Amino acid sequence: MTTTTNVTTPTASPLASTGSAPSSLAAGDSDDRRLSHLDALEAEAILVIREMAGELERPALLFSGGKDSVVMLHLATKAFWPAPIPFPVLHVDTGHNFPEVLAYRDETVDRLGLRLVVASVQDYIDDGRLRERADGTRNPLQTMPLLDAINDHRFDGVFGGGRRDEEKARAKERIVSLRDEFGQWDPKNQRPELWNLFNPRHRPGEHVRVFPISNWTEVDIWRYIDREDIPLAPLYYAHEREVFQRDGMWLAVGPVSRPRDDEQTSTRLVRYRTVGDMSCTGAVESPARTNAEIVVEVAASTMTERGATRADDRISEAAMEDRKKEGYF
Amino acid sequence: MATNTLTSTRGTLLRLATAGSVDDGKSTLVGRLLHDTKSVLSDQLAAVERVSRDRGLTAADLALLTDGLRAEREQGITIDVAYRYFATANRSFVLADCPGHVQYTRNTVTGSSTADVVVLLVDARKGVLEQTRRHLAVTALLRVPHVVVAVNKIDLVDFSEAVYDRVEAEVQAVARELGVVDAIAIPVSALDGDNVAVRSARTPWYSGPSLLELLEALPPSDDPANESFRLPVQLVIRPQGAARDEQHRDYRGYAGQVASGVVRVGDEVVALPSGRRTTVVGIDLGERTLDEAFAPQSVTLRLADEIDISRGDVIAAAVDAPEPTQDITAVLCWLGDVPLRPGQRLLLKHGSRTVQTAVRSLDGALDLDDLHTAPSEALSLNDIGLVTLRLASPVPVENYATSRRGGSFLLIDAHDGRTVAAGMVGATLPTGAPAPTRPEGDEAWEI
Ligand SMILES: Nc1nc2c(ncn2[C@@H]2O[C@H](COP(=O)(O)OP(=O)(O)OP(=O)(O)O)[C@@H](O)[C@H]2O)c(=O)[nH]1
Ligand SMILES: [Mg+2]
Repeated sequence: MTTTTNVTTPTASPLASTGSAPSSLAAGDSDDRRLSHLDALEAEAILVIREMAGELERPALLFSGGKDSVVMLHLATKAFWPAPIPFPVLHVDTGHNFPEVLAYRDETVDRLGLRLVVASVQDYIDDGRLRERADGTRNPLQTMPLLDAINDHRFDGVFGGGRRDEEKARAKERIVSLRDEFGQWDPKNQRPELWNLFNPRHRPGEHVRVFPISNWTEVDIWRYIDREDIPLAPLYYAHEREVFQRDGMWLAVGPVSRPRDDEQTSTRLVRYRTVGDMSCTGAVESPARTNAEIVVEVAASTMTERGATRADDRISEAAMEDRKKEGYF
Repeated sequence: MATNTLTSTRGTLLRLATAGSVDDGKSTLVGRLLHDTKSVLSDQLAAVERVSRDRGLTAADLALLTDGLRAEREQGITIDVAYRYFATANRSFVLADCPGHVQYTRNTVTGSSTADVVVLLVDARKGVLEQTRRHLAVTALLRVPHVVVAVNKIDLVDFSEAVYDRVEAEVQAVARELGVVDAIAIPVSALDGDNVAVRSARTPWYSGPSLLELLEALPPSDDPANESFRLPVQLVIRPQGAARDEQHRDYRGYAGQVASGVVRVGDEVVALPSGRRTTVVGIDLGERTLDEAFAPQSVTLRLADEIDISRGDVIAAAVDAPEPTQDITAVLCWLGDVPLRPGQRLLLKHGSRTVQTAVRSLDGALDLDDLHTAPSEALSLNDIGLVTLRLASPVPVENYATSRRGGSFLLIDAHDGRTVAAGMVGATLPTGAPAPTRPEGDEAWEI
């Protein structure tokens, strides 16, 4: 085919009127071919995952065993099917994880034949590179092991399951988001992201974080889990657990979250809306045992998932933004 | 043409982006829309009320629902786009609250590039400002399907019909010059909620819909499935020995998102730029096999012949495939800190292909004061200009006017990887000639 044809046909009207572009007749019979909202979200996520697999040299996917990372992993299996996912998964283990989530993580890694890289906060504490915080939460401590793992494995892109509806700093995040050589996010100077053309190019030492499910809400996640029948860790569903109340949240009684003398324990029917560090992740009282029941519950909820379940976001108004600037997920 | 009723928009998604000059009330409007549709959850509202109280305000500053960054709250401005999601019984919405400040125009371009509707705010006391013009120009260039002009702070001009009429006429004149002939205007108070979710008794002279009513009824964007079939190949899927199932050892598929059109098993397609033809024998979406796929589905195509196709190629309908070219003219929104000059070399990303390009000539830049195109030596940050580009290898670009996907591209600085321009193939700039009037056969509106 020759190379010099000029396809540009300037139109007479300046800037051209907005509104309908003439459509080709080749496929003109498709009035009701509209993707459902969920299908459109799926298509966008797969587009992003494939594009980054094509552009990046050494990506990795953050996999905690939590629902968002599970959905992201499920989308990745679809993106490359029937080939396996062509990159490893990375877990930053706080050492305070729910045992059933770790078991679920390992099962999933086995089932999908993935390579798992674990960065352990406990190792950092044991050898003194990190110190336990006075409030006991280890969420902010994940940044250093994460950045070290990115460096050590020379990952140039990391897929994360962050969603814009989770939190106000995350609402500002690009789908493909640059991190400087110190792993920092600069929210005042983000790269433009136009149409659905994604550009992860960067200088040596920098990397990108990629959020394929940016535009999903919590209820979208649950509708998708329900539709695709994706197995999850059991603590997402209603179960009896010994808990105590602190700051309006139900914390599990366990080695890293012990009730103080004035805190009553009781056994309640609860489930987890988010899964993080045990010391600061609260359960919600809920009778929802199935995905369909959870969809109904989440749709009617009057609290955000992090507001209802995360103590670490209550440290200050900008807790998440501050952590993200330092290189957190 | 049929009038648009609520039933025709049921279940559809509408992506909205705000635009307009700094402080014209964009974030307050988005906050008000979220608040008045009961889309703000109790802990979010409590946080915003707490911060507002700490600052000595008597009512919650709803702009804080989107102005979530530390620096934004310190300065009381929006710096980058915030995305918020809400749904009414009828429709789901993605709201992109964009900044007005000229320094952050690239973020506003980001927010509007995927929008179905831009809500352009104008302060009733101030009328059209330079950023109003710039954002309107960008909206027109990007061919955002709908433009709504919210004449805001109507409470500060005593709900005056005369002021509203004057400001509306001023905005519409600029819009028409830029080719936007069907902008719909509404008088609003983002602060108090007049005509935002419900119609206000304080503007009895206004008989149109509230902003929410209008948004619920705006027809969905043109369905890209009605255009010709194109699929930029993102990956070639060949599991070979790594196949998780023995039966897929010899699988070979071309993965990508259907950018436009529909493809069916049995269709004749052509690979571009090679021009080789073959037939689609299978369409996969994960484990599922489909008879047809349409935009914007992400799928994998299996083809009859083992022709050479790799990442970056485009698979297109054989009947009306675009002709690959190395020479294009395009309008750029320049978003780089260092100005663009003729002769410069950059990378161009179109679909899944990135090629080298040289700027042959800069053929003019848009003057925002009088909205005509003037000769120019360089394009600086936030300038809009017309260029001729030479590509290092042929790319099947299309005219942006007929295909948003096929006609859009990025320019990238090869040295540091930054995205420096949004490009629209075949677009033109105003010459200063008389503005066109409303085109024939345009849709009638009834709410
Ligand atoms: N009286 C009155 N004040 C308003 C109205 N809308 C917004 N304001 C005020 O105008 C100021 C700016 O509002 P914002 O919503 O932050 O403006 P913006 O357009 O988002 O500004 P940038 O994002 O920085 O460009 C705030 O003090 C608002 O309270 C209105 O309808 N009436
Ligand atoms: Mg704002």
